[in-house]
Amino acid sequence: MEDNLLVSFWPHIQMKDSISKIMWTVFMCLVPAGIAGVYFFGLHSLLLIFISIITAVLTEGSIQLIRKNKITIYDGTAALTGLLLAYNLPPTVPFWIPIIGSFFAIAIAKQAFGGLGRNIFNPALSARVFLLLSWPTYMTAFVKPFGSADTISSATPLSILKEGEKTLSDIGLTYMDLFLGRRAGCIGEVAVFLLLLGALVLLFLKIITLHIPLSFIFVLAIFSWIFDKQGLFKGDVLFSIMSGGVILGAFFMATDYVTSPLTKKGKVVFGIGCGLLTFIIRRFAGYPEGVSFSILIMNAFSPLIDRIFKPPVYGKK
Amino acid sequence: MVKIEKTKFLTEHKPIERFIPSTVYIPLIQHTGKPTLPLVKAGDYVFLGQKIADIEANITAPVHSSVSGKIKAIQTYHHPTLGGATAIVVENDGQDKTERLPLKEEEVKNLTSKELRLKIREAGIVGLGGAGFPTYVKLNPPKPVDTLIVNGAECEPYLTGDFRLMLEKTGQIIKGIELIARCLEVKNIYIAIEDNKPEAIRAFEKELKSSPITHYKLHILKSYYPQGGEKQLIKNILKKEVPSGGLPFDVGVVVHNVATCFAIYEAVYLNKPLYERVITVSGSCLTNPKNILARIGTPIRDLIDFCGPLKERPRKIVLGGPMMGVAQYTDEVPLIKTTTGVIVFGENEVLSLEESFCIRCGRCVKYCPVGLMPAILSLSSQSQNWQLAKEYNVFDCIECGLCGYVCPAKRNMVQYIKSAKLVLLKNERR
Repeated sequence: MEDNLLVSFWPHIQMKDSISKIMWTVFMCLVPAGIAGVYFFGLHSLLLIFISIITAVLTEGSIQLIRKNKITIYDGTAALTGLLLAYNLPPTVPFWIPIIGSFFAIAIAKQAFGGLGRNIFNPALSARVFLLLSWPTYMTAFVKPFGSADTISSATPLSILKEGEKTLSDIGLTYMDLFLGRRAGCIGEVAVFLLLLGALVLLFLKIITLHIPLSFIFVLAIFSWIFDKQGLFKGDVLFSIMSGGVILGAFFMATDYVTSPLTKKGKVVFGIGCGLLTFIIRRFAGYPEGVSFSILIMNAFSPLIDRIFKPPVYGKK
Repeated sequence: MVKIEKTKFLTEHKPIERFIPSTVYIPLIQHTGKPTLPLVKAGDYVFLGQKIADIEANITAPVHSSVSGKIKAIQTYHHPTLGGATAIVVENDGQDKTERLPLKEEEVKNLTSKELRLKIREAGIVGLGGAGFPTYVKLNPPKPVDTLIVNGAECEPYLTGDFRLMLEKTGQIIKGIELIARCLEVKNIYIAIEDNKPEAIRAFEKELKSSPITHYKLHILKSYYPQGGEKQLIKNILKKEVPSGGLPFDVGVVVHNVATCFAIYEAVYLNKPLYERVITVSGSCLTNPKNILARIGTPIRDLIDFCGPLKERPRKIVLGGPMMGVAQYTDEVPLIKTTTGVIVFGENEVLSLEESFCIRCGRCVKYCPVGLMPAILSLSSQSQNWQLAKEYNVFDCIECGLCGYVCPAKRNMVQYIKSAKLVLLKNERR
């Protein structure tokens, strides 16, 4: 029996959970919003999603092969990055956009830093910003739901608002349209209702907590309400929350484990930062939407936030 | 704190059984403190319960023979926590010969607290919850103490020895508590039991109702791991925190395990030194997992055979609970005073040693009962940034193993943390 006995440190039992289970759960919780996106924007979006995921997984696998690392393409992390990148693309971009994007996300933003857990910035968002800066025309050309790719580009509600001083009804939309996703926007961000449903499942399964999304959305809403273009306390709160990528960003991207703080307090601070920056970019900067930039900027602060907001240690006052 | 999957059902309804080994290997060190020196030599005949090793020191505990018979050898032998240590090997003649006589109720009443402490020292009693700190030292606190907490939490999965003891020896445990109370002159006495042991709670309620004792408080804990940690108990019951690096004395509290209370009862009333204890032998490998009153020094293999036949070849044998127990390299290792259980794992239950890189999910941070950031500790240890580990309070870690339990990346958290502690200690000494 002697040679057969395994010696290792405690604990000798573990919770039945794994990285891949978590990642695939998040993936599944995002699927309904993607289906809605395909329903609104057509088959082209579906192909974009597939291409994005496949590129991400292949890139991850080949790099691991080259670096002689363990192949972990089945754990869902690369697939999730691919999915999230596709969700952040306008529905009409050419097919090479997600290929370059996913390659950038995995090769540059993730593997170049050492792979899973070691990256500083959210890979999908890094790739989206890279694409936005490199091919702004493609990345800002949106269409209305149920319009074909050939139809004249339509602006997102946020960019319409940025142009002139209009209200929701001037654009010809209702809150219900925003809630259900009947508006121009990125593939995965429009179906607010389904995103919230997915987020609810993640909250219920304790995969994510409310700390980041709530503080993010709350701060953005408050600031949008108070400091509106039309005067103090005149902002449209619901519009500010549902018109852009906030729901997708706050619940599914800002909560990315690797790039967000570890402690509850830290998460709240992180969320507040995201909300504030999103507001500032929307209100004062050149871009109509600022969710991606805000999250990426806050990603850089995560280690610092962890250092400052440590939980109270037992017996240390 | 976390609710852990239920495994106590394997043995919780099994009454304590006795097992007598044919040969015992009694290590000279089974406690926290100075190792003892043998008082006997090979070839000597010893009685059951005869003191066979002791040393004059402030913190130590004498060792007694757990059988009657001839001493075969005094030699280096396997040790559950130290790897190897000197042990006295006694061959059991099966007579259980002893010269000790129990005390009369009157005699016990007339003992002064000094005499009580001496009796408890001479009986070799140490903390039976697993830490093994000599009990008489804890009965003579350097600071005034006003509260005694009796720890019946038994929060480790699989283990049911304390539970069975609470159920079967309720009155004796209370007598033991009375003796401790006499030594410490404490006003507040709490008996803490987790709510997953309703029978034990009822047993104590009943026993206390029929006794003249009125000032004991039964404190029912939620069954979370690591609820039974000394510091966690104090925080939970008294809303006080033991200062970092300090001991329960510092907040006027002493904590004793129920099994220790029972051992004190036996030592004083029955004049019986600590040569046997209740342990749980469990695991799905075993056909008949049991709670066993086992002699100190019994090789684990004998106990496993007693619970057999084996359903499959054991792949891991753990002494203690599955959360904080120590994996053994051999089944010849003997049972010592601090052994609370023997868990036998089969091939399918053994955890893979493979781990992923930390994904910073924050679960360990969320659940750490001390408020540490184990993720950062493990990462700083992995990159050998020991100073960072210190900055993140690595020395406050109680090594409960909960971070490793909840980790989805299956990281060897305790190993990382322990190596950081070891390296830092080594560097400081230098």
